Amino acid sequence: MDNHYSIYICGVGGQGIIKTSTIIGEAAMNQGLDVVMSEIHGMSQRGGSVSTELKIGGFNSSIIPNRGADMLLAFEPIETIRGLDKVNAETKIVYNTHPIIPSSTDKPYPSVDGITRILKENFKYVLPINGTELAIEAGSVLALNMVLLGAVTADDNFPLSKESVIDAMKNNLKPKFHEMNLKAIESGYNSIKG
Amino acid sequence: MNLKELVTGVAGDKQFLLGNEAAVRGVIEAGVSIAATYPGTPSSEIGNVLSVLAKDANIYFEFSTNEKVAMEVAATAAASGLRSFTFMKHVGMNVAADSFMTTAYSGVNGGMVILSADDPSLFSSQNEQDTRNYARISNVPVLEPSNCQEVKDMVKYAFDLSEQFNLPVIVRTTTRVSHMRGVVEFGDVNDNSSNNENHWKRGHFKKDPSKYVPVPAFAGEMHVRLWDKIHKMEELTNKSEYNAEIDFTDEKKYGLIASSSAYNYAHDVVKFNDLDINILKLGFSYPFPQDKVAEFLKDLDEVFIVEEVDPIIERDTLAVIGAKNLNVTVHGKLDGTFPLYHEFNSDVVGEGLNNVLNFSEDETMKFSSSLEQLKEDIPSRAPVLCAGCPHRAMYYGINKAIEELGLKTSDVIFASDIGCYTLGINPPYNCADYLLSMGSSVGDGCGFSVSTDQKVASFIGDSTFFHSGISPLINAVHNKHNFVLTVLDNRITAMTGGQPNPGIPIDGMGDEAPEVSIRKVAAACGCDYVRVINPFNLEQVVKTYVEAFQRDDTAVIVSKAPCTLIKGLTKKPPVNFVEGNCNNCDKCVSELACPAISKIGGKITIDKAQCDGCNVCIQVCKYGALEAGR
Repeated sequence: MDNHYSIYICGVGGQGIIKTSTIIGEAAMNQGLDVVMSEIHGMSQRGGSVSTELKIGGFNSSIIPNRGADMLLAFEPIETIRGLDKVNAETKIVYNTHPIIPSSTDKPYPSVDGITRILKENFKYVLPINGTELAIEAGSVLALNMVLLGAVTADDNFPLSKESVIDAMKNNLKPKFHEMNLKAIESGYNSIKG
Repeated sequence: MNLKELVTGVAGDKQFLLGNEAAVRGVIEAGVSIAATYPGTPSSEIGNVLSVLAKDANIYFEFSTNEKVAMEVAATAAASGLRSFTFMKHVGMNVAADSFMTTAYSGVNGGMVILSADDPSLFSSQNEQDTRNYARISNVPVLEPSNCQEVKDMVKYAFDLSEQFNLPVIVRTTTRVSHMRGVVEFGDVNDNSSNNENHWKRGHFKKDPSKYVPVPAFAGEMHVRLWDKIHKMEELTNKSEYNAEIDFTDEKKYGLIASSSAYNYAHDVVKFNDLDINILKLGFSYPFPQDKVAEFLKDLDEVFIVEEVDPIIERDTLAVIGAKNLNVTVHGKLDGTFPLYHEFNSDVVGEGLNNVLNFSEDETMKFSSSLEQLKEDIPSRAPVLCAGCPHRAMYYGINKAIEELGLKTSDVIFASDIGCYTLGINPPYNCADYLLSMGSSVGDGCGFSVSTDQKVASFIGDSTFFHSGISPLINAVHNKHNFVLTVLDNRITAMTGGQPNPGIPIDGMGDEAPEVSIRKVAAACGCDYVRVINPFNLEQVVKTYVEAFQRDDTAVIVSKAPCTLIKGLTKKPPVNFVEGNCNNCDKCVSELACPAISKIGGKITIDKAQCDGCNVCIQVCKYGALEAGR
């Protein structure tokens, strides 16, 4: 399935997941590629788990089949685990290591180092990054989505150029944040490439 | 993208649009004059976008008090010769149904389009009903777009169709179509500017009671005319380009008929597994294109029907097979090949096809036992009331009042309603026991109060109260029902994304508007006990509930405080934790359950980014371990 690339993006409501996905989609369109995306609105946004699915290449369906993602991009450690139905042995698993503790008290939050260790036992490409810390370094915790956007563009198989992703970012976010966002994108990119 | 480009964009432009944004572009291209809605996910963003763009697009737009009113606004605009658009979630059709059914009888002059968004898998709904049933009940045509381009194109086409047959037209989407994003190429825009006869101020209603007033003498004739239109329209559906065959093979053994988002899944499964199956995609599915379907079926041995929610195309296909005496086996929902409920995806469709055709081995991924265990062990993350949400304070307060009255929460029946506050169902509040529909909490309060000797407390939001809470409140007063009705007035229609409602001084076009007072409405309905309280003052909340529960009439409490998500509100500084004063009673965590407060490593932790400074937790803590931020 050449020229196909599917990204499953997941995290917690309010982390900027829809915006990140839209930027990638718009960049794909600008590069002349077919792209479809699925997002969830409404009640699921009230601090619950959220996800978007983005498929580049000749797909009609905007939902990624089980084991069909080329990349799993998780904004939060345990949300990575919730997204594992979408991954296969070759999937790149990129995730932010900063936890957001759910207010449900049904189970204790597991250790993030433990999550990383167990993921590495099971998959080839496990790429944890401290995105929250990099975002704060870039200027604001709100730039987390830009750090992770930068990390996506660092994957060798990702079909879009970093430049077109940056152009789409500029077209979607306010100019006063461009400098910070660029810094965040670069640091995310370097955290994978470096 | 800047949303204004939906208005300023020209034919040939391409944009990466949400399905709901594509619908707005379709409306603009069609030169619609009047649009009205009541917000409901998954259709809400259409209204949010129209509300911003209406003036630029020369459209009159309103958030009506409910879907029935929106339907009536659209119907009368269309009767007056203008193009009109109304849109809602699937269950909104139930509210609008009474007027909708008659609109089919009377017909339209200007084009009238109803977009109804179904919600398979109930992402934010109380049921999974299928709008396409309404097409069959009412004899109104239905179009089923499967992607964002089709949403735009079909919405535009629906207006031409509506005018050609003088009938309203339904465009049925699903969550995955309304909330899909894809590339949309723009078309030409019909002029509706102020010097054009299509401008919304230029409609004219030409009287004709025999056409518009369905008294029995006229309505009988109207029904005859309606069937006449539908029979003529079937000739069109048989040759419509929206009902097209997508061929993958020359073999004629297996075929597949699909519509809407289900078509996308079927398409991808067939394409990526190289299956020898041709697909008939039905985009214009009612009146059912019987000849087209018969032609597709005639050389097949077996056909798969892939559609979401009800087996409607499947039943219509079986009828064609019966009428034409064809020998084709049907695999669909009725024979168990595909599920009768919940949304589909490529996995579900692939499994159904595979069960019949055996083209693929199951290739489940094997995880290590430690990962399987980890998957079991991760905590859930359900949606919750936001930090600083006024509803939380009310739910906490009513529980305290019940305790003070010597009762238990389990002694009180909580009739809930549709809104964020339905989240009160969760522990520790446990304040939702029964729910039917928009506004039902008030009528349910009436019923429970006569049929039990339990205390009854109903909760309804401000927008939902205006939507359909007022007539049951009149019922409650007149029939002497005894319950406590709380109107959670958070100054916005919150769950659908923050639309205005009649309780705030702004309308759907952003203009100033008269504010309708819930207190005065309740008083005018005849309620003797109406109290407007500040939910963040817990003492007042508890005292008011204690008082209200001791009455024997319909008591109304209006909790008035803005939703924390309203933009531009000034937030108070976050609460401080004073560790030395904490006696580890954990009430702030276990009884208030604010997402900004958690216990990490045995210590209370305030998430300063989330904390809204509502200071309710300070009133909950008896030990002074929580203090107002400065």
